[in-house]
Amino acid sequence: MLAAALLATLWWLLDVTAANMAERGIRSGFGFLLEPAGFAIGESLLPFDSADSTLRALAAGLANTLRVALPAIVISSVLGTLIGLGRLSSNLLLRGRCAAYVETLRNVPLLLQLLAWYFVVTDLLPLASEAQQLAPYVFLSKSGLALPWPGGDSGLFDLPLRGAMGIAGGAALTPEFLALLLGLSLYTAAYVAETVRAGIQAVPRGQSDAALALGMTRIQLFRLVLLPQALRSIIPPLTNQHLSLTKNASLAVAIGYPDLVSVANTTLNQTGRAAECIALIMAVYLILSLLTAWLSGWLERRSGRWAERA
Amino acid sequence: MNQLATTRLWLRRNLFSDAFSSLTTLMLVAAAFWWLPGLIDWMLLQAVFKTDANACHASNHAGACWGVVAEKYRFILFGRYPHAEQWRPLLATALLLLAIVASGLRLLARGPLLATWALALPAFFVLMGGGHFGLSPVESDQWGGLPLTLLLATMGMLLAFPLAILVALGRQSGLPLLRTLCAIYVELVRGVPLISVLFLASFLFPIILPQGFAIDVLLRVQGAIVLFAAAYLSETIRGGLQAIPAGQHDAASALGLGRWQAMRWIILPQALRAVIPSMMNSAVSVFKDTSLVTVVSLYELTGSLSLALAGDAEWRSYYLEGYLFIAMIYWIGCYAMSRFSRNLELQRGPLRT
Repeated sequence: MLAAALLATLWWLLDVTAANMAERGIRSGFGFLLEPAGFAIGESLLPFDSADSTLRALAAGLANTLRVALPAIVISSVLGTLIGLGRLSSNLLLRGRCAAYVETLRNVPLLLQLLAWYFVVTDLLPLASEAQQLAPYVFLSKSGLALPWPGGDSGLFDLPLRGAMGIAGGAALTPEFLALLLGLSLYTAAYVAETVRAGIQAVPRGQSDAALALGMTRIQLFRLVLLPQALRSIIPPLTNQHLSLTKNASLAVAIGYPDLVSVANTTLNQTGRAAECIALIMAVYLILSLLTAWLSGWLERRSGRWAERA
Repeated sequence: MNQLATTRLWLRRNLFSDAFSSLTTLMLVAAAFWWLPGLIDWMLLQAVFKTDANACHASNHAGACWGVVAEKYRFILFGRYPHAEQWRPLLATALLLLAIVASGLRLLARGPLLATWALALPAFFVLMGGGHFGLSPVESDQWGGLPLTLLLATMGMLLAFPLAILVALGRQSGLPLLRTLCAIYVELVRGVPLISVLFLASFLFPIILPQGFAIDVLLRVQGAIVLFAAAYLSETIRGGLQAIPAGQHDAASALGLGRWQAMRWIILPQALRAVIPSMMNSAVSVFKDTSLVTVVSLYELTGSLSLALAGDAEWRSYYLEGYLFIAMIYWIGCYAMSRFSRNLELQRGPLRT
């Protein structure tokens, strides 16, 4: 009976939707994906031009999502682990400093942090012609961060140099990318820190006492006793953090970084294919989630084996 | 003398326990000396507190321009709500906050508490929307700022909670179809970003629903937040249900309680109680997530700040001060909630099973 009721509701909804779409002249289907996109993308790993297909635009968007999410995952994991360990330190100042970091970053919406970073990068930094030099061949300005990059015509690295019109050469990270990378990494690091702290605290105290009684140094204690046991309880929530970081990368739409959701949003506004665009976003993210879940399971099995070996 | 010895012992234990710790202390103190003066200088000493844009321009970001907050606070807090009527959102916000705080601190017994909510919520809508008691009507697209943030978060949690319980129970149901449906709903929603659910609500709901059923964008977005929050909340509640030992089920049926009676009186109360901290985490997330509705053109706190500054060339370069101001509002709300949940845990101690 439940099944019948469900089918009836679904049928009715589809019917209504079809009627609405016919009335408003909305066409359906995924054919538009192969038509020329007709809009440009600010920055892209995949070479993209407005004459290319919409499908390619969305692929470029996905590549951009991964381009910001993967480095952010690495940075947030390293920074978060350090802060999580800092919260367990015997040093009161360090403990307090790390706790303050976590409590500040976790309790302010990520969107607000992203907007603030974006404003700092685009409005408060010096102009490109007066770029601040952070290190040899590293320049920071309103137009982003210029870095040496392998390749180029002259030698091993393509080096950014001060020119008449600002910085030329090297790889340039745009302000949008910088703000998103910074915001995502710092925000997620606070969550990673809590995960790491909880994981290490979950190892029974007797384990550290026993290891110290055996004459292990603190570093040995950490590497051989605490970490292998803690990892087992850290990895599942940690992969969850990475997954939510990837989902949070969709906030890029608010600061104009062309990630998958921004590109899909532009497509939606241009073609009016709301259902198809939203379905595409959801499908891609679901696949990413499933992949991550699988990766997490694999890591868990591996860390289990590592713990047995150790 | 004794005092001095205690102090030295304390310092030694907390700041200089070994070489590494001493080094850390010295480095942190040095770092504080390095950047604290500049920060205090920017935030207070050189800051401009007057609503004087020229003074702010003159200081050229050497000091914060808090004047922007003083000038724009009404717009930031209440959005585009008609200026003369802004006592209404103020009162509505105060009422809602009062109800929330009274529930949090358990100032009232169950009866009066329910009565407070039963009064506060309708009063909120009457005050905001008007149309009764001689209040002029204000369309919901003019609602904005803090009242909108609070409304979305509170109603989001209040409505998601019963839905989440139903879904969590559905996932344990004997009917395979119901179980699968609930699982699909939860996994689908948890697998996608909130923005896509908001897009769904703002672009797709109007197409799916029959003509003449057009619902207002605020309601649609509220619905999306409820659906999103319920998926996460139901996983939390399911975790609580699974933590209840089988003996409880057995004991309940031995007492002659039916399946539903056992659920209502034995299982659910224990399960919900066990997951209060995680539910508070969800509440914090929902509160923060309301900031995303600015993407679909509803001007809650974050959106109304952009709205307040974007069109005003005089104050446009002081976004950072504005962001810090609303960050503080969010921070107070989130920190209060997480403190509340920690206190509950401490009071109750670990769960006895």
